[in-house]
Amino acid sequence: MTLAPERPAAPRPAMAAGSPTAPASLVQQFELGLDAPICLTWELTYACNLACAHCLSSSGRRDPRELSTEQCKAVIDELERMQVFYVNIGGGEPTVRPDFWELVEYAVAHHVGVKFSTNGVRLTPERARWLAGPATGGYVDVQISLDGATAEVNDRVRGPGSYDTAITALRNLHEAGFADAKVSVVCTRENIGQLDEFKAIADRYGATLRLTRLRPSGRGADVWDELHPLPAQQRELYDWLMANGEKVLTGDSFFHLAAFGPEDGSGALPGLNLCGAGRVVCLIDPIGDVYACPFAIHEEFLAGNILTDGGFGRVWQDSELFAELRAPQTGGACASCSFYDSCRGGCMAAKFFTGLPLDGPDPECVQGYGEHALTAPREVPAASQDHSRVVPPRNAPVLLTLQRRPPASACDESPLAGMDLSS
Amino acid sequence: MSEADTLVSVTDGWELSPSVALRPEPFGALAYHFGNRKLTFLKTPALVTLVRALGDAPDVAAAMDAAGVPEQQRPAYLAALTGLARTDMIRPRTEPGSGAERRAS
Repeated sequence: MTLAPERPAAPRPAMAAGSPTAPASLVQQFELGLDAPICLTWELTYACNLACAHCLSSSGRRDPRELSTEQCKAVIDELERMQVFYVNIGGGEPTVRPDFWELVEYAVAHHVGVKFSTNGVRLTPERARWLAGPATGGYVDVQISLDGATAEVNDRVRGPGSYDTAITALRNLHEAGFADAKVSVVCTRENIGQLDEFKAIADRYGATLRLTRLRPSGRGADVWDELHPLPAQQRELYDWLMANGEKVLTGDSFFHLAAFGPEDGSGALPGLNLCGAGRVVCLIDPIGDVYACPFAIHEEFLAGNILTDGGFGRVWQDSELFAELRAPQTGGACASCSFYDSCRGGCMAAKFFTGLPLDGPDPECVQGYGEHALTAPREVPAASQDHSRVVPPRNAPVLLTLQRRPPASACDESPLAGMDLSS
Repeated sequence: MSEADTLVSVTDGWELSPSVALRPEPFGALAYHFGNRKLTFLKTPALVTLVRALGDAPDVAAAMDAAGVPEQQRPAYLAALTGLARTDMIRPRTEPGSGAERRAS
């Protein structure tokens, strides 16, 4: 086995407190995995009132096997025992679960902080006051998804009316005195030019801007070719983050951009600059399946199920998949690249869902190796789950409608189409 | 709070902030502040022992004794504590019956 070359220790402000006498770099420790995840995403439901074109979990319809309220509370109890300090709750649209607010209250009462992502549909003035009040103990963060700084750009991806819903939610939170909501943006080809406008929206509502990377996961696979930022836009994003990064969150999702900096890794953005899948992050889905990361909802990355495999802790500690992910990685085709220490090969999910080898370059490799890899023969993996609504809702985004795959053969449309019946 | 206020001296009494939880890890511990949401890594087991010892010791020097921090490493550990103080992971002890009062006796 070859140990990956150790990244020069370059402690960042948020991670710097510690002793210079550390025996091994933190990066190395993280690559070997921790006793419990630092960052756990929990999708509470596949149900959603929207049908965003790039939904990473292909959400829409509730799954009848979704965890009950009592099962969810048992998960929270276990997270408390494992000292998972906070959980990122998403979906689907988590707030459409009737027991959502009850679960939020239960979590914070059990020392598990909550950060939840929502399109804002349930954030009425009354609910905003509840969130700002004593029930949440100040342990709740709210992320409002907004993928365009104008209704035109946002609604094309997220559906008609979704911009107004998000802005109304932000206003309600602000007026209720809820401090520091997050405006959560998936960066696309269509909105990279709006970064300053997004920042202005966040500032207007006393919120913090959070930018994350578009992954070709879920329905995102269908629109990734059209929506992922172009190479010049990646540079624009990197430069903008370097200039504004101190006040902008990124979910540590842009580590592949670190290779825009010098080879020594000193151009890395703040945060954890490596793939944390199965090492420091993972995902619990609505039916209790545990996946290596929030962007890898696919059977290839399924580590186990909390109901059938003895609970979340057992899955985290005993899963064979996670053991593999925590084994030293070689860097594969990227090992000879002088920027490998900066980007560490990029995002596993982005490679997998574009059909690229996991030990090769990221499809958006800023050195250009990804573009080259994408031209080689490759097979994009079929989705292993899809909770999209069968009939698109009235508020389905235009992009989703445009992206409907053409029928694979004439027979998919009509059993008689194209058949010559004259002979 | 200015930098001078949070500069940790060996003769002061400090303690873990009440909003902070420590989670043991192979390298040391994770520290999470539920108030300001900062996550910090205590990168050696000795630093964890030291941080835990702060609240029961009359001052930082005594906590270092209790944690067995070697003399030559004390400046580094003091710097680490200052880093922790800047993000409110540890805070000066002000309640009666501790810190200054005990030092005086």
